Amino acid sequence: MTVFNHFGRYLLMIKGMFTKPENWRMYWKELMKQCSDIGIGSLGIVVVVALFIGAVSTLQTAYQLVSNLIPKSTIAQIVRDTVILEFAPTITCIVLAGVVGSKIASELGNMRVSEQIDALEIMGINTKAYLIMPKILASFLMIPILVIIAGVLGIWGGRMAGILSGILSPEEFEEGLLSGFQPFNVTFALAKAYTFAFIISSIPAYFGYFVQGGALEIGKASTTAVVTSCIMILFADYILAALLL
Amino acid sequence: MIEIRNLHKQFGEKVVIDDVSAVMEAGKANLIIGASGSGKTVFIKCLVGLFEPDGGEILYNGQNFTSMEDDQRKELRQQIGMLFQGSALFDSQTVEQNVMFPLDMFTRLSHSEKQKKVNEVLERVNLKDANKKFPAEISGGMKKRVGIARAIVLNPKYLFCDEPNSGLDPQTSLVIDKLIYEVTKEFNMTTVINTHDMNSVMEIGDHIIYMYQGIKEWEGSNKEIIYSKSQKLNDFIFASEFLKDVKAIRALEAEGKIQGNTPGLSK
Ligand SMILES: Nc1ncnc2c1ncn2[C@@H]1O[C@H](COP(=O)(O)OP(=O)(O)OP(=O)(O)O)[C@@H](O)[C@H]1O
Ligand SMILES: [Mg+2]
Repeated sequence: MTVFNHFGRYLLMIKGMFTKPENWRMYWKELMKQCSDIGIGSLGIVVVVALFIGAVSTLQTAYQLVSNLIPKSTIAQIVRDTVILEFAPTITCIVLAGVVGSKIASELGNMRVSEQIDALEIMGINTKAYLIMPKILASFLMIPILVIIAGVLGIWGGRMAGILSGILSPEEFEEGLLSGFQPFNVTFALAKAYTFAFIISSIPAYFGYFVQGGALEIGKASTTAVVTSCIMILFADYILAALLL
Repeated sequence: MIEIRNLHKQFGEKVVIDDVSAVMEAGKANLIIGASGSGKTVFIKCLVGLFEPDGGEILYNGQNFTSMEDDQRKELRQQIGMLFQGSALFDSQTVEQNVMFPLDMFTRLSHSEKQKKVNEVLERVNLKDANKKFPAEISGGMKKRVGIARAIVLNPKYLFCDEPNSGLDPQTSLVIDKLIYEVTKEFNMTTVINTHDMNSVMEIGDHIIYMYQGIKEWEGSNKEIIYSKSQKLNDFIFASEFLKDVKAIRALEAEGKIQGNTPGLSK
């Protein structure tokens, strides 16, 4: 299949999700389950990644700013902006594409191959609506929250690294943190988070839902899903930067 | 009753179902038999709409399924139960949750009413003490039973079974066959079963369709099948030496050359 076939079928899949649920309560239950899987399930890795990225960016910024003319607090300022603008949304979502994306693709792939999706269809359930929609909605709800957590922890990690390695004092860090802050950066980060949330959930759902074959194909679909999602995240990252900044 | 008119299905150039017409009556076990690759699964999946046929019509009690809108189809499907070749149980749910799922989705019963119904159906398929187990923890035969329980929990009018016996020992196969047969009679369902198991054919074959490379080669009942004149069907039925011997003995009996009551095949 060509890229265009895939894209067409992907759009049809998205269109197919919009029908009236057979039973609201069951859809709600599924949504809550997905929120817990996606949100709580990937909280741990997001925390670890955010702390280290913040810490590393402090150390590297300090290493690059050798001139005595620049105040130390500038380091905090740079760390804050890079974490909010790029690291918290983009790196977190690339990691989530691996964690959440592969889970979504393999879960749906397994359901397809073992005929569980057919079994649901036979019962008269719209499987696109019941299986895919809650995953996308859950990503919309949880991933921006994870990105915010990553932003806060990233900056805190940067502060800790700066203080522990004696690069700058807590006062200097706080001073930098508050100077020249642009609230728009947060809006921008959230715009990214929502865009990436859609990519991370819908692309793996597509590859999983349309798997053909057996266990081997599920593995392949899950790899393709993660790779495609990562590329699409980076692409969207560039487009958003070009449009909004 | 399901009426099939000139059903046609092909994948690319390969014709898998070639102009098949048949009537599946209610209260009967309708068997589709044929060698591996003869198109049985594709046939049954066309009937339930998992594959779109390339030609022909399928009527459920006179309602044209082929030309139905999605909403009508969804409604009709609540009267359809299906047992899949690999059981297709939801593996993140327990046995009980699997069987309760259609009730959760499509009824407004209270939890205790649903629980009661689930217990009834599980008892009906002779499955006890497995309510809280996950599909990975039970045997193949038990999975089939859960599959049947899930398929019949909403009292469907139509039941489809894709190879209910595959991967089961002859004894368990027989039990599953009997179970499907009994519920068919009990609820007056239109049951369509795919199989290549000759035991099932002889035991429960009220109405049998023999498929050969996508063509309906023979149609009849288990009373008639061993006397059929179709060479292809005979090759299929009497594939084993044992059955050939039985057939030879039967023929001798019929000519009055020997006396006795050959086991296995009844006249
Ligand atoms: N999705 C598909 N795409 C292309 N060809 C298919 C597809 N599904 C089935 N076929 C082909 O249709 C033919 C009939 O397959 P089908 O699965 O109906 O056989 P079957 O009678 O159920 O066999 P078995 O007893 O082994 O289950 C086979 O030649 C198969 O290759
Ligand atoms: Mg088959």
